[in-house]
Amino acid sequence: MIDQLEETIRIEGGQVLATLIRLTGDIDRAEDALHDAAVAAVEEWRRHGVPDRPGAWLTTVARNKALDRLRREVQRAPREREAVRLLDDDMGSGGHGDGDDRLRLLFTCCHPALNPEAQIALALRTICSMSTVEIARVFLVPDATIGQRITRAKSKIAGAHIPYRVPDAHELPERLLPVLATMYAIFTAGHHAPTGAVDARVDLADEGIRLGRVLVEMMPDESECTGLLALMLAANARRAARVDGAGDIVLLADQDRSRWDATAIEEAQALVESVLRRGRPGTYQIQAAIACLHGIARTAADTDWPQITELYRLLEMRTPTFVVRVNHAVAVAESVGPAIALMMLDGLIGTPAERWHLYWAARADFYRRLGDPNAASAAYLRGLDCPCNDSDRRFLQRRVHEMSHRAP
Amino acid sequence: MPRYAALIYGAEPTSEPDPQEWGIVMAEYIHFGETAGAAGVIGAGEALQPTTTATTVHVTGGAKGGDVITTDGPFAETKEALGGFYLLDCKDLDEAIAWAAQIPGAWHGRVEVRPVIDFGENG
Repeated sequence: MIDQLEETIRIEGGQVLATLIRLTGDIDRAEDALHDAAVAAVEEWRRHGVPDRPGAWLTTVARNKALDRLRREVQRAPREREAVRLLDDDMGSGGHGDGDDRLRLLFTCCHPALNPEAQIALALRTICSMSTVEIARVFLVPDATIGQRITRAKSKIAGAHIPYRVPDAHELPERLLPVLATMYAIFTAGHHAPTGAVDARVDLADEGIRLGRVLVEMMPDESECTGLLALMLAANARRAARVDGAGDIVLLADQDRSRWDATAIEEAQALVESVLRRGRPGTYQIQAAIACLHGIARTAADTDWPQITELYRLLEMRTPTFVVRVNHAVAVAESVGPAIALMMLDGLIGTPAERWHLYWAARADFYRRLGDPNAASAAYLRGLDCPCNDSDRRFLQRRVHEMSHRAP
Repeated sequence: MPRYAALIYGAEPTSEPDPQEWGIVMAEYIHFGETAGAAGVIGAGEALQPTTTATTVHVTGGAKGGDVITTDGPFAETKEALGGFYLLDCKDLDEAIAWAAQIPGAWHGRVEVRPVIDFGENG
């Protein structure tokens, strides 16, 4: 029963919270109400069983709890009175809120008056119900830093009255970039969960794609928006083949490509082609093009690595981050060779890239292919010192084990 | 309705301003005052004399009754000085930002938008 409650909050918490934020007009108040409802659920569900629609149950109970609290505070200010009015109005509908609540919340979290780093953290906290520990893993920073960013952002939203709404059509383009970055972060947290099994939060990948579709419909002319949807679709198409029966990671080259979602890849491919024709390439379109090149390769050997390498070169010119550099080097290892790829990573020595386990995994792989299992093993071990999810950890451990059996 | 202070910062003129340029800026401010005034947004607004006229007052000892120290000039010497302000009554930050972007100080310098603390209607 407790498991079911946790599962409900994990999967549906973002939706419930988004609805509550719309109704109460305040993130803290919404979180308190959801907490009250969860406490009530422990008792209720034990006695009467888990309701048919646990998410809707939580929303209704949380709404009542919020109303109780607000009625006690109502003398205070017009804001509270407004919230009571909204909650009362909403009671009749009996609905579970709609997807638009999460969209509204996404725009609030990405308001330009908030610090860009806080925007994504707040979205992951509220829309995705991720803990500060999980979010800290995403940013490779200490937990306390994330806690502070979220607290500051929430108090600014409340103190400065940052509205909870989807901007008007003419405002959308200038609001778009942080929204895309946040949506991609939501998708990535689902595609590659920061803690637990790699596929522990596939619901977030679905949510990222759902939000992506809504935004593309709102802004069909924004090429980067369509590019991001294509990127998410193409990456997500490999979901079923990424993990084996034992829950272990299967590398791209070893995946059973018949298990890829061909329809999703086709859709992504069509979207990429349509936006690239517009001649305004951007980072999401480039990444989508890369993901599609992987998607259309019938076998690993068929992969067009020279083309992928060229796309990574273009991507790195636009966004010279260490993540792009590592991926670029991986492509170079395939199209040119591991020695030059290893040299490309030497520039990252002593940088924050050393906190990223996949940087070490890439280095280790290049050493392995250069016939240096000792150096490879050392690099895999450095990777194990970095924060990563359980699936990646097992993968790195397996590789360390393999290297020790190969060493001379 | 939330109230916001729109604090107008800009470089202070080092010499007597060109009358024609000054006239243009004044016309811009008059236009803003009329537009925002007609929308019922402006709660108050003042333009300040230059920081050369400012006096900073500090009472020593961290409590009332200490020595009064007066110093010539503003508290903080910065390139951009507070030149004036409006109090804007807006429904949310988006509306406040939209109005602040129409204050001439936003293109001649910059405008800081700060929510005013609401101590409650009954308080």
